[in-house]
Amino acid sequence: MKTSHRKKIKLALRYIAVVALTILFLFPIYWLFMISFKTANEIYAYPPVWWPETLQLSNYRVLFEDGDAATVGNSLIVAGVSTIFAMILGTICAYSLARFKTGGEHLANWIISQRMIPPIAIVFPVFLLYVWFGMVDTYFGLILLYTAFNLPYVIWMMRGYIMDIPISLEQAALVDGYTRWQVVWKVVFPMCRAGLFATAIFTFVFAWNDFIFALVLTRTDVATYTVQVTHYFGGQSNFWGKISAMSVLGTLPIFFIVAFMQKYLVRGISLGAVKG
Amino acid sequence: MADLKINSLHKYYGSMHAVKGVDLEIPKGEFTVLVGQSGCGKSTLLRTIAGLEEIDEGSIEIDGEVVNDVAPKDRDIAMVFQNYALYPYMTVFDNIAFGLRARKTPKVEIEEKVAEASRMLSIDHLLERYPRQLSGGQLQRVAIGRAIVRQARIYLFDEPLSNLDAQLRDEMRGEIKRLHRELGKTMIYVTHDQIEAMTMADRIVLLRDGKIEQQGSPLDLYERPATKYVAGFLGSPSMNFIDGMVTENKVTINNSNHSLDIPEQIKNKLTSHANKAIIVGIRPEHFSRADIANHQQYSKLSVNIELVQPTGSRSYVTFRLGQNPAVAELRPQDLLGHNTTIELSVDMSRVIYIDPITEMTI
Repeated sequence: MKTSHRKKIKLALRYIAVVALTILFLFPIYWLFMISFKTANEIYAYPPVWWPETLQLSNYRVLFEDGDAATVGNSLIVAGVSTIFAMILGTICAYSLARFKTGGEHLANWIISQRMIPPIAIVFPVFLLYVWFGMVDTYFGLILLYTAFNLPYVIWMMRGYIMDIPISLEQAALVDGYTRWQVVWKVVFPMCRAGLFATAIFTFVFAWNDFIFALVLTRTDVATYTVQVTHYFGGQSNFWGKISAMSVLGTLPIFFIVAFMQKYLVRGISLGAVKG
Repeated sequence: MADLKINSLHKYYGSMHAVKGVDLEIPKGEFTVLVGQSGCGKSTLLRTIAGLEEIDEGSIEIDGEVVNDVAPKDRDIAMVFQNYALYPYMTVFDNIAFGLRARKTPKVEIEEKVAEASRMLSIDHLLERYPRQLSGGQLQRVAIGRAIVRQARIYLFDEPLSNLDAQLRDEMRGEIKRLHRELGKTMIYVTHDQIEAMTMADRIVLLRDGKIEQQGSPLDLYERPATKYVAGFLGSPSMNFIDGMVTENKVTINNSNHSLDIPEQIKNKLTSHANKAIIVGIRPEHFSRADIANHQQYSKLSVNIELVQPTGSRSYVTFRLGQNPAVAELRPQDLLGHNTTIELSVDMSRVIYIDPITEMTI
């Protein structure tokens, strides 16, 4: 009797802890969403309004009417396209490093070291370079930069996943009559599929969340949503309604991506990708 | 024309000289076993034949065509890997069909061939399963199926049975040998296991330290080893090597009062070694109880038994001859009672004599 009683208390405490932690983590997101649906009065009300009287969409309407919402589209384009480029190029490089020992033992270390440079240290030289080549405020400029910036990460991660694939799987395919490119397509990709997705998601999120490059290298044409949000912090007042609505728009794509790819994300991160 | 011809092949890994000038000719349809200890270069040699390793010197010819610079996919070779190398994301059917698809085989033909190969290997009921749902023995059968489903010129096996337990290994040995007889293909099989080599091979190529030590039929190597290494490698328990001196008609065993009579027909061969050191090689099965093997070609010894290891059908008896430990294989009924001293006779017609300096047989 006594032990079962104790077990019940333990279980109850565990549930309480879980609920408390969940609230702690979800509250900021809840608050962000709520603000975006509030009127200005409700935002500044004291005591705070936990649930707005009507879920009014005027904050969002303004964003779409003014065309500000298009910056989310810009973010999608530059983050999406640069992720695709970085994944294709990076995986090919990673395969070469892993299987042909390209550049010897140390090239891979050098490549990942490139990722450790703080963006702020290079953003102004890059800006001058972009001015020179006329690439400021273009999709091409941002995509190129994000691709370059994420390549080291992709190469490093994919190299690890590829080295985990038993080499005899590739050799068996080579002997069976496949070319090296076919082997990469038919053996390497399926074998590290979870790793590919996990790496792609992180790459996308890096580009999606970037602020500093986008701030310096864009004006109006391809400004991303992170840059757009800062426009609502004014000298006179802060437009909390627009800030929160824009932030919600910026959160949703990541939310859906992670929700759909959760399976691969977990497997990829835990490096269980290649266990048959 | 030989199916496979290797001429003075060398392979280096950095400063490591893995294969040191191998010459080998393998005729069509033969089952050749490359055997040797780990690190002797046998797997490297096999992988150069497959084209998975480039060679540094020499040449490899298949059906008269030099294939040194031919990519693996164009060599028309099938290979079974030690760790099976099956694709976990494909069904057994797709795994077996993988090589056929590379060659753009029509779908109907693929189905026929996979069905036939899987029937030969009794895995036709597993075709819809995934590798993770199979046992070790079944995985090995699928791996073999993937090789034999294709009409390759040469079939290579890289220690395919080393991941299986002893009982399955015995079973698969017979299975592979049967496949060879049914298909009549040129097969090259790498193993470190001398029993696999002895039981399966038409011809054994014994490698040591990157070179061929000796090649020939299993019984040829067993009965007439060229060197001490070959004599010691083949046979289980391995051959006993006894240090002795050649005197007139006898070999006296060092540090003992034992001696072995040299049979008439061998005497000529040993004249040049008179009064010199020699190593006598005696296989465990060439010992027997003195009272049952009493013939002039037998030499008698009285030994102190240190250990008896019965296996059921045979018993292994350990004793010393001079300073050398020795093992005799006797019938269980030869060891009645707890006798610690026993009279053994040695079949001197089967004994080999080794020059201790060159380690070559005389």
